[in-house]
Amino acid sequence: MTTPEVSRVAVTPAAADLLRELYAAHGPMMFHQSGGCCDGSSPMCYVEGEFRTGASDVLLAALHIDGVEEPVTFWMSAAQYGRWRHTHLTVDVVPGRGGGFSLEAPEGVRFLIRSRLFTPEENAALNP
Amino acid sequence: MTRFAAPGEPGATMSYLPRYDHWIGGEWVPPAQGRYFENPTPVTGQTFCEVARGTADDIEHALDAAHGAAPAWGRTSAAERAGVLNKIADRMQENLEALAVAETWENGKPVRETLAADIPLAIDHFRYFAGVIRAQEGSLAELDDDTVAYHFHEPLGVVGQIIPWNFPILMATWKLAPALAAGNAVVLKPAEQTPTSILYLMSLVGDLIPPGVVNVVNGFGVEAGKPLASSPRVAKVAFTGETTTGRLIMQYASENIKPVTLELGGKSPNIFFDDVSAVRDDFYDKALEGFTMFALNQGEVCTCPSRALIQQGHYRDFVADAVARTEKVTQGHPLDTGTMIGAQASNDQLEKILSYVDIGQAEGAKVLTGGHRADRGGELAGGYYVQPTIFEGNNSMRIFQEEIFGPVVSVTSFADFADAIKIANDTLYGLGAGVWTRDMNTAYRAGRAIQAGRVWTNSYHLYPAHAAFGGYKGSGIGRETHKMMLEHYQQTKNLLVSYSPKAMGFF
Repeated sequence: MTTPEVSRVAVTPAAADLLRELYAAHGPMMFHQSGGCCDGSSPMCYVEGEFRTGASDVLLAALHIDGVEEPVTFWMSAAQYGRWRHTHLTVDVVPGRGGGFSLEAPEGVRFLIRSRLFTPEENAALNP
Repeated sequence: MTRFAAPGEPGATMSYLPRYDHWIGGEWVPPAQGRYFENPTPVTGQTFCEVARGTADDIEHALDAAHGAAPAWGRTSAAERAGVLNKIADRMQENLEALAVAETWENGKPVRETLAADIPLAIDHFRYFAGVIRAQEGSLAELDDDTVAYHFHEPLGVVGQIIPWNFPILMATWKLAPALAAGNAVVLKPAEQTPTSILYLMSLVGDLIPPGVVNVVNGFGVEAGKPLASSPRVAKVAFTGETTTGRLIMQYASENIKPVTLELGGKSPNIFFDDVSAVRDDFYDKALEGFTMFALNQGEVCTCPSRALIQQGHYRDFVADAVARTEKVTQGHPLDTGTMIGAQASNDQLEKILSYVDIGQAEGAKVLTGGHRADRGGELAGGYYVQPTIFEGNNSMRIFQEEIFGPVVSVTSFADFADAIKIANDTLYGLGAGVWTRDMNTAYRAGRAIQAGRVWTNSYHLYPAHAAFGGYKGSGIGRETHKMMLEHYQQTKNLLVSYSPKAMGFF
């Protein structure tokens, strides 16, 4: 296998800093991308295993963050992924207030997804 | 046009306290860990009070109070409970302006909405459930000459309720009124974005409710919401929010074999058939307002009509008129009665909306109007304002598929009835929908074909009590704002009674 793996999910330096802080306090972590109203359309960050994924979920990435020993998994429901699959996601963080049961909310910040379209080359590699 | 003074200013109709504790057992209780968090107003971005940062210990304390109060409250007569609900409604009516200003200051929505919708609807909701609990009856079935099955409604006991931030007082009322009418005690956690308007309400009505029947604990989801949702001491959890937290709450409930009701949002289609434009009359004007309803409450409504489907025959003219109508929406200080659109509820909400404006453009959608953060200047410069935004694109784009929860509508065209229904149903959600046509046969067929819990027909964004509200598909489980919600807060007790003195004959 020589084709380099195409990244579906990236993390901004600010989000990586926050993940390092959260890791120190909580240990291994996971994301599940939410949909729907209120705090929806944003990623939820949990202690790994807190949210039980199943056959209706897709694992988009196992994010390697310097200083975080275990990869941070990034999940989305398969139905939602069907509507998002043409876009590359970047986990960012902004000042914010609350967001479901996500771990970062008490820190006064909120994870946020920024998106871009995959390039034709990325699309070709992802959907050969 | 009137400008209400901000809370605490000279002449203001209400003031917030500088600090709020939990409301537990009919009194203010400081948080177990002694910590508080800041509560900013989205109007200016400035902190106006601090609020108890609850944890599992506070939830347990509230559950103790609720369990202490539930048995006696559950045995009160329906007439007595209805009396309490009616008194709450009367007290709210006497303080309508104060509650409206409190809600606007905390949430950022225009006071014309809180005065005309949020608070009057909440008042009516208490009165509605006061009425229907008086009229609710059990049943009996005469199974044979000697055997009768009686069915009684019994309260569940203690229930947990997690409230969203988009209509803090109204959404709390949607959940509190049926739960209390049915005889339950409640532990309620407001959203951390809007923690105090409900406490202000409790400061007005708390003396009307027996201590421990309603308990309010604030805090962050992970610290206070999770211990409530996962507690084996609640008989049911009601939640309004998003899908991932909804699933998590179902997972916790499954551990305890407890029921849940969930309202998780939507991506509601608003369909305008060609005949809407047949005449430029009152109905045409109403339809244009119906289109513009995407900006109501800054788009922070689970049923925001965020996809407008417009038939090809009148597409160009209707869209031009809709853009013009949208550009007339007045944005300004939320406490000004002339303001139609206020501030988004939080900074992260603002950022999320702007991130969707970015991906919408990257996907090739065209901005017909808006598309930017609105800088209101002056004291509003630090607030979270977004221009009402209209995108033109197609239904496969992310802006057509995900809830943005902002004043953003995505417009596309359709060819005929079948095409309209196909696009309308091509979504993961099914909460609301709108159908606009002068042909009632088309309206009826469209309404039945759309997979959504509520189809507004030649109307939009009405929320009266006695019309059921809830979702199909990914939008959730249960129906609120109707007497059928009572049964989501009740057990069924069957007494199966034999009036025969004779043995059955088996042994």
